[in-house]
Amino acid sequence: MKWFYWTGWLPQNASTYGKEIDSMYELIYWITAVTFILVAVTMIAFLIKYRHREGRRATYSHGNTTLEIVWTIVPALILVALTAMSQPLWARIKYTTPQSDLTIQVLAKQFNWEITYAGPDGKFGTEDDKTFDNEMHVPVNKPVVVLLRSKDVIHSFFVPQFRMKQDAVPGREIRQWFEATKPGKYELPCAELCGFGHSGMKGWVFVHTPEEYQKWLKEQGLSS
Amino acid sequence: MSTSAVTHHDVHAHHELGFIRTYIFSTDHKMIGRQFLFLGLFMMIIGGLLALLLRWQLGWPETPVPGLGGILKETEGVIPPEVYNMLFTMHATIMIFFVIMPILVGCFGNFLIPLMIGARDMAFPKLNMLSFWVGALAGVLMLVGFFVPGGHAAAGWTSYAPLSSVPQYTGTNWGQNLWCISLFFLGISSLMGSINYITTIINQRAPGMTFFRMPLVVWSLFITAILLLLALPVLTSAVALLLFDRTLGTHWFQPAGGGEPLLWQHLFWFFGHPEVYILILPAMGVASDVLATFSRKPIFGYRAMVYSMLGICFLSWIVYGHHMFVSGMSPYVGTSFMITTMIIAVPSAIKTFNWLGTLWGGNIRFTVPMLNGLAFVGMFVIGGLSGIFMASSPVDIFIQDTYFIVAHIHYVVFGGSVFGIFAAIYYWFPKMFGRNMSAWLGHLHFWPTFVFYNLTFFPMHILGVGGHMRRIYNPTQYEFLQPLQPINEFITISALLLGLAQIPFVINFLWSLFWGPKAEVNPWHANTLDWTAPSPPPHLNWGATIPTVYRGPYEYSSPEVSEDYLPQTRQLAPARASGGRH
Repeated sequence: MKWFYWTGWLPQNASTYGKEIDSMYELIYWITAVTFILVAVTMIAFLIKYRHREGRRATYSHGNTTLEIVWTIVPALILVALTAMSQPLWARIKYTTPQSDLTIQVLAKQFNWEITYAGPDGKFGTEDDKTFDNEMHVPVNKPVVVLLRSKDVIHSFFVPQFRMKQDAVPGREIRQWFEATKPGKYELPCAELCGFGHSGMKGWVFVHTPEEYQKWLKEQGLSS
Repeated sequence: MSTSAVTHHDVHAHHELGFIRTYIFSTDHKMIGRQFLFLGLFMMIIGGLLALLLRWQLGWPETPVPGLGGILKETEGVIPPEVYNMLFTMHATIMIFFVIMPILVGCFGNFLIPLMIGARDMAFPKLNMLSFWVGALAGVLMLVGFFVPGGHAAAGWTSYAPLSSVPQYTGTNWGQNLWCISLFFLGISSLMGSINYITTIINQRAPGMTFFRMPLVVWSLFITAILLLLALPVLTSAVALLLFDRTLGTHWFQPAGGGEPLLWQHLFWFFGHPEVYILILPAMGVASDVLATFSRKPIFGYRAMVYSMLGICFLSWIVYGHHMFVSGMSPYVGTSFMITTMIIAVPSAIKTFNWLGTLWGGNIRFTVPMLNGLAFVGMFVIGGLSGIFMASSPVDIFIQDTYFIVAHIHYVVFGGSVFGIFAAIYYWFPKMFGRNMSAWLGHLHFWPTFVFYNLTFFPMHILGVGGHMRRIYNPTQYEFLQPLQPINEFITISALLLGLAQIPFVINFLWSLFWGPKAEVNPWHANTLDWTAPSPPPHLNWGATIPTVYRGPYEYSSPEVSEDYLPQTRQLAPARASGGRH
């Protein structure tokens, strides 16, 4: 079944908007699959039916205006509908970030993720900040804001199970968010070519239950 | 038109030309076209071998490549990561800039435009010669990069700054510099070519050859030339800025000096997206001509085909931001690029349906060029449909920078452009070299290529959906990718077989060049002007008189004549001469 049903290949989803991205993906998958099958079947049927035979003459036709109008308007309507359906989702993910009590700084560099927590005072740039290499811990079912920066080249913060990807660009701070829905351990690869060590530049995102997360904060001296 | 003013004296002038003026520094558009073809095919072998090497690394990571122990001595034949980065960078650079562009635009643009519009040569023959030799210089500079210390460019064919603009970030020094210099020269070469194409098509058409009697392949090359004229200078300027950043200490793309990394992406993709259409439009034109000829039918919706190409030409300038949805560009701008990107799918859909319409009711001959033309249509449909996933910006968040993109670009650029190239070579070889290619070897080339092409590139969609990043050296370093590794291995085996499948083509091409049976003037019974000149056409193409055009290019199976084709030049008895709409 997995072979014929493309969404079966998606990594298991573990974020709020990931589910919506998957539904959008699935919708486009079915539209394109049906279109492809219709076109391919038509083409093969024509190739068989109208294959060369001696003595037969091809139909002398230069086209058909009604058909041209139909096959311009129908795809256009489908594409406009897809745009209209994609836009609210895009806006929700990228236009704004939701209210959150957890903000994490991520500094990408060749070839590591430096992940910084503000510490008990809730402010970055103070003495109680704590930085981890390639390790991010977050609670489940809570929106998390990520402040992405880069020290050298462009990197890309990618968590496949969250359907989250955002480039980290030197000279900018980019605000992103996600909300994990399943506790677990997720790989955090860099998705933008960043040099010879690009492959293998990865970290882990640990999604904890609220209790475990509090415990972790306490262990690290991050709770107030 | 002005070409008819060429005197009889000029027609015979070629007898006096020596070897160098005929074969090397030739101003004859057909010889320049052949030169571009040889350049492109030679580079295709290099680009293809690079692809097989990088596939080896992905299929069997960090195992020695057979036969490479002598070159990669330190690692005993294992490809190290920095070499891997160089391999995919140069594979794409060579295939895009030195294979597809020289063949589709350089070779077929040069060869076909004058022959199909009834001109004796290009408007500016010397500029044309210069265009080739500047292009060849660019090719040599690009190849030299493989031999400089530090290796060739390794920042991807997109060369995103600041990875590409600061030498220590990649460790490549002169490799990336030569990459910039080579593309700078290629940009100048293409500028000279495009001005020539546009001028020739506007000014040099034969009597009766109105714009709407031009074959679609000429239309496609005309529109491509407009894109080239406007897009390539942007790349040329961008690589110059990149070179200044690398060598003169400017900071166009470095935030440390007030520069902006995203500026590179804006410049690159403002060129890069029209570039995709530069690579595909001529193949669309080739497929249109080939499908009409071998369906023995007029092209379905000629004007719709022209208008949709013009639509693509216009829209291709305002869709480029879909490459940058997750780049840090404002998401509001992302929305507008999503809208335009969705819209640009419409003209491609129109073209596909018109190709189907052309097959409908035809009398289809499955010649080798036709098979490649049909493969073009089928593969372009897949490449076009997979593009819709990326057009939807929320879906693109996930598939951006994954193998889904790699699958998509190969369905467009290999499935589209390269099958278009094969269709064109098989179709016009008799005219270009005066000899026929072997149909048997042609089938032996087409079928395995078609099968292994799909077995190589289709599974990449699945990898991409699984989240497999592109440009990673070793997928087994990632836990979530380990279950997908058998697919990588399968792809590599298919790619090796796809490489082997090109051997019949090489044999067929070289053998036919020297020993193929002599070709007739019009072996395919086609209508366009190129098939009225001798095979191969002499210098200045036709004898004393330029052909006169009486009708459109696709009057196949017209009721006005008993044959199933009606050449554009054939004058019917006056009472019936009104035939041929458009």
